[in-house]
This record gives sequence, structure tokens and C-alpha cells, in this order.
Amino acid sequence: MLILLGLFLVIPVLMALWVSFSDWGGRGSPFSAGVKFVGATNYVSVLSGGGLAEENFGQALRNNAWYTILVVPIQTAVALGLAILVNRAILRGRGFFRTAYYFPSVTSSVAITVLWLFLFSSTGTVNKVLSWVGIHGPNWFNDPNGIITNFLGLLGVRSGPAFLTQNTTLGVSWWSWLGGPSVAMTAFIIMAIFTTSGTFMLLFIAALQNLGGEITEAAMVDGANGWQRFWGITLPQLRPTLFTVLTLGLIGCWQVFDQIYTGTQGAPDNTTLTPAYLSYTAAFNNQQWGQGAAIAFILFVIIVLFTLFQRWALKERAPSKRRMRPYLSAVARGSVGAAGAEEPRNAKETTR
Amino acid sequence: MSKTGLAAGVIQTSPAGQHPSRSTRRSRRHRSSVLQIVLYVVLVSIAVIYIFPFLIQVATAFKTNPEATANPISLLPATWTTAAFQKLFVHSDFSIWSMNSAIVTVVVTCGRVFFDSLAGYALARLHFRGRDAVFASLIAVMAVPSVVLLIPKFLVINQIGIYDSYTGMILPLLVDAAGVFIMKGFFESIPVSVEEQAHIDGAGTFRVFWSVVLPMAQPALITIIILSFQGSWNELAQFIISAQSPSLTTLTKGVASLTSGQLGQGTQYPLKLAAAALMTIPVAAMFFIFQRRIMNTSEGSVKG
Repeated sequence: MLILLGLFLVIPVLMALWVSFSDWGGRGSPFSAGVKFVGATNYVSVLSGGGLAEENFGQALRNNAWYTILVVPIQTAVALGLAILVNRAILRGRGFFRTAYYFPSVTSSVAITVLWLFLFSSTGTVNKVLSWVGIHGPNWFNDPNGIITNFLGLLGVRSGPAFLTQNTTLGVSWWSWLGGPSVAMTAFIIMAIFTTSGTFMLLFIAALQNLGGEITEAAMVDGANGWQRFWGITLPQLRPTLFTVLTLGLIGCWQVFDQIYTGTQGAPDNTTLTPAYLSYTAAFNNQQWGQGAAIAFILFVIIVLFTLFQRWALKERAPSKRRMRPYLSAVARGSVGAAGAEEPRNAKETTR
Repeated sequence: MSKTGLAAGVIQTSPAGQHPSRSTRRSRRHRSSVLQIVLYVVLVSIAVIYIFPFLIQVATAFKTNPEATANPISLLPATWTTAAFQKLFVHSDFSIWSMNSAIVTVVVTCGRVFFDSLAGYALARLHFRGRDAVFASLIAVMAVPSVVLLIPKFLVINQIGIYDSYTGMILPLLVDAAGVFIMKGFFESIPVSVEEQAHIDGAGTFRVFWSVVLPMAQPALITIIILSFQGSWNELAQFIISAQSPSLTTLTKGVASLTSGQLGQGTQYPLKLAAAALMTIPVAAMFFIFQRRIMNTSEGSVKG
């Protein structure tokens, strides 16, 4: 078992690391005499080569960044919302609702992508529904325009200021970086929210059930309203789960591969290209194994950095005074009714 | 959107400290029943959004090609036809794909049940040198995204000469770090005294594991079965990189190839959706059989 783990996880990573520094073309063994060490050439061509490789990578990074920015917060909010809705004490048909919301999560990404291609086709279900309210739906999976660009277009802004269109990062103009995900990518974003919110809903339900009602009840006695109870009491207690969901969501978002492979292969205009898929095509289709491996390692670094950043951002730290105030007074008043311990009473005095 | 509506809508109470008068209490009861109705409307409409796509999928599979594009929203085909299914089974390798998927899924599931529990037990109970290091590397492995490992995995599969074979497709999936992690956690929750008793009675380590501990671990094993069944049935990337011959194509790979329009002209939505619906049946069945369990396991897994 350890041999298996080692064989398929440690050694492969070392081999790929070598490949990412070599000029291996996919023929024979990457360790044969003909394969040369080329230093950081592969990394350089992807990150600053000025050629197609850099442009593709920049484009893929742009697409996936927008995907992540939109999917992670929305799916977390939807999952939490569903969990709270379903977790109410008095609710008939709770099992049915949970099942309904979770079901999309068990299906394979291939099957769901095939379904999505139909729903979001130009004559598909979504556009049909949109036509009822008088909207002429886009040709979703063939529309490369960014949604922010489209929105600006509605306001009459057709082209960006020169400093945005002239300057480029990773071969992609700033105007394009800021243009938002393409309409095609938006369909994938909706799909991701649709398929993952159920899984995360289960995590939130589990956490909510472990909370215990005492503190919430105490707050209710104090007259904290639903909104205050949610922000002041429920959400802080959910912090560990929130961290899990955000981290899993983030890691998942940077691994978009199946959907792209099945659905669009990066089209239209490379706007659904993702680093994961680009790494695959570079290596397996174009035989640029060094570049493919280099992209994979860069992707890995990105994921690790984001996870660390998130860990830092969600770390327990002393809340600011402004955020402390309602919380302290809630605790203080709650304890008068419920337990009457010493500490909260002191807290009450300090806040008054 | 629904979240804010809900949280803000939960019984608006009077300002802190004051006691609500009788009249506000009565109006509040009235309001809360209205809120109940609103809640159910919200719940049902979300449920419709989540379920409707799958109903459309099944309905469209029985439609004719022109009808699928002309009327994408009706749940009852005007003319029922099984043409899509016939085409799938007669003119494509759908049955081969299904068989391959079944083989891989069964072997991987059995393998994971065996290896995950064995490894989990070793990490939980046996004291050997470097145990902590092994456990740390396990966590590290869990942290590496699988997409990053595509090329590395291919390199090894290719290097040891199992490319384009069942071995190459199955072997890398046989152990999963997450499964070992789950089993380890479960074994640690079993009291040691039971095993000590068995040891005193003269049972060896493997025998204790096999006949005493493993039967006790049934709930965790079912979790592993569910996860590995779903995981290997739905796996795509691993099969793309480990095999290329048509006779080794799995359902995920095969259905993905359908979207590029291999079987003739046109959009052929009924055909594709029929294939997608069929490949969903096993995981859906698994889900409904273990439904209670799935909901509960995830509850348990967070507790720790």
C-alpha cells in the first residue's frame, strides 16, 4: 500500500519535475540519453516568452481566476443558505428537499456537462425560459465576450482606454483581464454552483446540527433579531466549516478539467481554457511535455498560495471593538437570563 | 439571495429589553404563518431548479431530433421514440464502455475497501518506525490536487509499461489518501480493550484485524464503498491519460467523445442526453440506496 502510494505519488512528482526542466518530446523514456536538461526554459516560455505559450497561459489564468472569484463565494453562500433553510426545526419534507438539493452532486461531471450543453444551447431550455420574459438569450457556449465587457457595451462603452488595451500581462491585455468571464465560461460557472452547492450544504447542515441551541436561545431571550443572530452567533461558530468549504471550493475551482474536456475544449476564442486543461493539451496533444509539466507545477504553487492566504485571512484573531460591541452585550444579557456567570457581567459593565 | 431573504425575515423582534405587547404577539403569529408559506415557496422553487434539468434530460432522451431543438422545455415528448437508445447500443460502443466502467469500478471499490482499511488500521494501531512520517506524507498527498498529477501519473504508467491496459487504469486508483484517513479516524475511535482481549486469546495481528476489528468498522467501510464507487464511476482524467484503445474506453470517456459529434450529423441531443442519463443511473441508484447513510456520514465526518 505504501509502495503504491509512493509509486504513484512521490516518484511521479519527481519524474514530472525532471520533465519540466527537460526538452522531452514524448518519445521513449524521459530518462534516455537524448533528453537534455534545459533549465528553466519551459517555465520562462510559459511565463514571459512573448509567444503563444505565454498568451495561452495568461488567458487560461484569466479565465480560471474569474471562475474562482465568482464560483467560490456564490457556492458557499448558496450552500449555507440552503443548509439554513433545510435545517429549520419545523419543516415538512425536509428529507425531500435535502435529497433534491444534493442530487446534482452525485452525477458525473461528464453527464452534467452534456446536459448543460443542451440546456444552454442557442435553442435550449434556458434561452426558451429567457424568451418568456422577453430576453433574447445568447448562444452561450459559442459566445467569447466577457460579461463585464458586455455590460459596459450596454452602457455605450465599446472599447477601453488606451492604457488598458495597450498594456499586457502574460500576453493578455489589461482590458481583457478586466473583461470578466466569457458568456461561455459563465455557463460553466452556473454549472459549478449547481453541482457543488449540495455537497457543501451537507457540510453546513452537519455543522449547524452540532452547534447546539443554547447560545442562540440566549440571544433570542435578549431580543437579538434573526439577522443579528445569524451574523453575531451562527456565522462565527461556523468558522471551521466555513474554512473547510472555502478551501475545498478554491482547490476544486483551480482544477477545472472534465467540463472543459467534455464541453468546449477551451473554445470559443480560448475563453474557457483553464490551466489544468492547458497543461493536458500542451503535453498530450502538442507533445510539449516540459511546458505541460511546468504549467502543472505553476498551478500547484497557485493553489498552495491561495490556501495559505485563506488560512491567514480566516485566522481567529481578536475582533475589532466595533464588531465586539453587539456580541458582548448579547452575551451579557443572555447570561443574565440563562446562567448568570461572572465574566459576561463584567463585559456588560465595560460596554456601558 | 434566498439566504438574505430568510435571515432577515426570521421573526423580527422588538428592540432588545422591551417585552412585546399582546397585540404585536398576535400579529407576529400571523406574520410567521405567512413566512412559513414564503419559506415553502422558496424551498419548492429551488427544488424545481435543481431537479428540473434531470427531468428534461430524461424526457429529451425519448424525443426525436427535431423536437429536442424545437421544444426544449416540455417534459412529455410529442412522439415517443427510443431511437436514441437503439443508436447508442447498436451503432456505438456504449455497451463496451459500460462494461469497462463496471470492471474498473468494482475492482477499485474492492481494492480501496481492502487497502484503505489495512493502511488505516496500521496507522491507527500498529507502532512502527516512521509512522508519523507516513501519516504526514498522507496528509501532504491529500493536499496535492489530482489535476496536477496527470502528467506525473502518465509518466510512471508509461515507464513501467502498463499504459493502455486495465492495470494502468486501475492501479493508480487503488488506494486513496482520503479513504485511509477516514479509516484511520474510525479505528482510533474503537476501544483498544476489544483487541487486547483478542490478543490475549491468542489471535495474531492480522487475525485481530480481519475477524474482530473489520466487522466493527462496517459504517466506515460503507462510506468507503460509496465514495470509491462514485469516484471511480465518475472518473475521467485518469482514464484519458492511462489508455487510448477503443476497447478500454470507459463511459465517461466515451460519452465525452459523443459531444464532438462522432455518430453522424446534427446536434443529436436525444442521443447525448440518453447516454448521459444512462450513465447516471448506477450512481443515482447507489445514492438512493444509501441516501440516509450519505447524509449521516457527512455529518459524522465533520464532528471529529
